[in-house]
Amino acid sequence: MSYNLSNLLYLITIVTFILALRFLSSPAHARRGNQIGAAGMILAVVVTWIKIGTTSWWAIAIAMLIGGGFGAVAARRVKMTAMPQMVALFNGVGGGAASLIALAELHRILPEPGSPKVDISLAIVLSALIGSISFAGSMVAFAKLQELIKGRPITYPGQQFVNGGFIVGAVTAGLALVAGLQDEWLLWALIGAALLFGVLFVLPIGGADMPVVISLLNAFTGLAVAAGGFELENNVLIVAGMLVGASGTLLTLMMSRAMNRSIANVLFGAFGQVSVQAAAVAAGDAGGSVRSASAEDVAVMLAYAHKVVFVPGYGLAVAQAQHDVRQLADLLEAKGVEVSYAIHPVAGRMPGHMNVLLAEASVPYPQLKEMDEANPEFPRTDVALVVGANDVVNPDARNNQSSPIYGMPILNVDSSQAVVVLKRSMNPGFAGIENPLFYNPKTVMLFGDAKESIDKLIQDVKAL
Amino acid sequence: MSHNTILVFEVTILVLAIFLGVEVISKVPTLLHTPLMSGTNAIHGIVIVGAMIVLGLPDKSAVTWIVGFAAVTLASANVVGGFVVTDRMLEMFKKREPAKQVDASQDGKGTS
Repeated sequence: MSYNLSNLLYLITIVTFILALRFLSSPAHARRGNQIGAAGMILAVVVTWIKIGTTSWWAIAIAMLIGGGFGAVAARRVKMTAMPQMVALFNGVGGGAASLIALAELHRILPEPGSPKVDISLAIVLSALIGSISFAGSMVAFAKLQELIKGRPITYPGQQFVNGGFIVGAVTAGLALVAGLQDEWLLWALIGAALLFGVLFVLPIGGADMPVVISLLNAFTGLAVAAGGFELENNVLIVAGMLVGASGTLLTLMMSRAMNRSIANVLFGAFGQVSVQAAAVAAGDAGGSVRSASAEDVAVMLAYAHKVVFVPGYGLAVAQAQHDVRQLADLLEAKGVEVSYAIHPVAGRMPGHMNVLLAEASVPYPQLKEMDEANPEFPRTDVALVVGANDVVNPDARNNQSSPIYGMPILNVDSSQAVVVLKRSMNPGFAGIENPLFYNPKTVMLFGDAKESIDKLIQDVKAL
Repeated sequence: MSHNTILVFEVTILVLAIFLGVEVISKVPTLLHTPLMSGTNAIHGIVIVGAMIVLGLPDKSAVTWIVGFAAVTLASANVVGGFVVTDRMLEMFKKREPAKQVDASQDGKGTS
């Protein structure tokens, strides 16, 4: 297949990707858009296959079967609640592939006579660097969300210096390559340092910051792929990679703005170091006692309320209680209670995570209220039912300047008449920050798995 | 075409793609931000094209063999997993898209 013909066919692929993103502007067409994008991807694969001819076709086929088979099985089997870690995993392997391509390209061009062109070596360095960080970072994010390693921030003294050392090392090796040092080991060293940096850079990040990190790593993989396009002089890689890079960066910025924090603060700041002391301070200050209630008591509160607002958080996802919450809401509505859901922009572990879960449970869209809409409603709310949310309802974000989440806009559930918090135990949340809401005299705690608690509430409300 | 001509052309489309990416994304509602992230995740699976080119090179050394094979494997997982996960998410949004009509039909059932 000629260079021009294959590029024209790649252009069709690019158009399908743009349509896929464009169709995401409304839930009505979103799925169709994704299918169009998938068709474009198949086209690109077929075109590439014809272009490279019969060389190693069986190796390509076997590799595709292994990778594609794993992807298909993992993506089909995973529960809706485990989506964030799946997105992290598939993002990571993409970054890893970009990094490996850089390695193979350098290996191919180094033995050629003359020194490699500067732009090519720059592209190789960039895709190896960004791709490796994305791969290692995503794997750590996956492990944290899958609870293979501790979700809380992992910190040690001098962390920033160690991280800085690895990134400086990686960049130095990269500069040497671009400057014309022709040694393949430099790239291996760069990849090694970038992998370590990726691991260490995500380790200290926890809790509500996870969606921002996953989105940023997604943008990283896009950039690494675009750089890969320069190595191989391939338009479709450049455009598709950059589309993802640009959109991912924008999404990351939008999310950190929703938390009222800068990206730098999310990545290198507060949660790492401050949280430990701040948690101690808050715990000392709070001092008050925690009231726990039985499911029967809470059922009575709910059934005789005029207005109940559900505030879902990551705990809802973990317990997979979305269908039960919907059932409870329907039951209350049948008793004449006004029900709505208050969705914080960074509740859960992905942007819009709660929307996806509640959509799965077929909650009517008009009941879903975003933060700006929900907050004015709380003063006339009888019961705010917090299901597994923690940081996004923490009043310390308004009041306590020493809190790592100070300044983050929150759902003001404490302005409602009563607050019920469903929680597994008094352990601080994923982020490890103490929450004075639990000690508020208006608050009662209902301890236990969110799903079991909601099921008990359903039975008790029915029994009334 | 000289190498530099191609490079200038590539930089041009790169810059255009940045603006296009920002433009397209700013129209996506918060409701769909998770599928958006997952969808763009699937799109950067296009790296599979690069991985195939590497593994399809004639006269490969052992290193290129291994690295290329690993790259195609990883990229395939990205493509297939990315699109399937996104499809599963969007499936849930689709089945009750006309939210108001769903409400109306439920009301209808209630009264009949």
